[in-house]
Amino acid sequence: MRLLTHNMLSCNIKGVSKGFPLGIEVAKLETKTVEFNPQFLRHSFPKIEWKAFQEAAKTLGVNDLPEQVEPSMLDDDDFLRRFHHALLEIHLEEGDLVCPETGRKFPVAKGIPNMLLNEDEV
Amino acid sequence: MKLKQLESELGHLVQFQSPKIELEQYPTGAHIASRMMYMAESNFGDICGKSIADLGCGCGTLGVAASLLGASYVIGFDQDLAALDTAQENCRDLEIDMDFVQCDVKSLGLTRISVDTVVMNPPFGTRRKGADMEFLSVALKIARTAIYSLHKSSTRQHVKRAALQDLGAKTAEVLFELRFDLKSLYKFHKKQELDIAVDLWRFTV
Repeated sequence: MRLLTHNMLSCNIKGVSKGFPLGIEVAKLETKTVEFNPQFLRHSFPKIEWKAFQEAAKTLGVNDLPEQVEPSMLDDDDFLRRFHHALLEIHLEEGDLVCPETGRKFPVAKGIPNMLLNEDEV
Repeated sequence: MKLKQLESELGHLVQFQSPKIELEQYPTGAHIASRMMYMAESNFGDICGKSIADLGCGCGTLGVAASLLGASYVIGFDQDLAALDTAQENCRDLEIDMDFVQCDVKSLGLTRISVDTVVMNPPFGTRRKGADMEFLSVALKIARTAIYSLHKSSTRQHVKRAALQDLGAKTAEVLFELRFDLKSLYKFHKKQELDIAVDLWRFTV
């Protein structure tokens, strides 16, 4: 799974009010090149919860994203390339996603997070 | 990519190794899947350069088709890990980047999941009544533009009414009717059940 996916996932255990963003515990990462598409990045940007994204990227070892962003940055090629790399090219292959409220872990194996809840969590 | 080429690529995908009847697992055939996705792109421009979610993706046929047609980001959701493993293999063989999440599709309505287009071949609700409409309800919550979905033609009036009146769709249109060849996937299938009429729907939000 990539950080665009992480930016949309949350913990939906019954009673949890703040299940986003999920923490990340990294065991294994992979990087794969994806064709650079500025138009898609500009299109996706308004939906990104930036703080969660930037912090998740840091956890994955990407430290060159700014803490604060504004739409004008989307004209900057250098920024777009960094955004592109963090959003679409880094895969969390093995590790855990962690609910920020309860600490419940959702394991990620072979790149697939298991977000299934137990009966008593629904 | 041409339609013929798309159909041929999808025809090589690995499908369910041991289908689970309680989940109404049956593969989306290459013929149907290629036409469904090709139409979404060529008639409506809903695939290329867009973000796509495949709900109940199974072995990933529709998501893979979206990728082959130039989608910028594709995510597949399914509760069955065996199916997701197969879907991932299919992607690896074709060098496609698709994300997968193992989860109950019903729970997605509560999340931040948001994509341009949802594509799905939902359970028809023959094993568990209403399963198809649960999928549609979720799809309408997470799609920003359009949903492409297959439903039994016998439920056409019900689907239309529910989508427009209860689930908040702006439009609901049957693009075409087709025959869904289930083959004898499960032992209990009697002959007349092998070939059913199915509608390809396009909903907008």
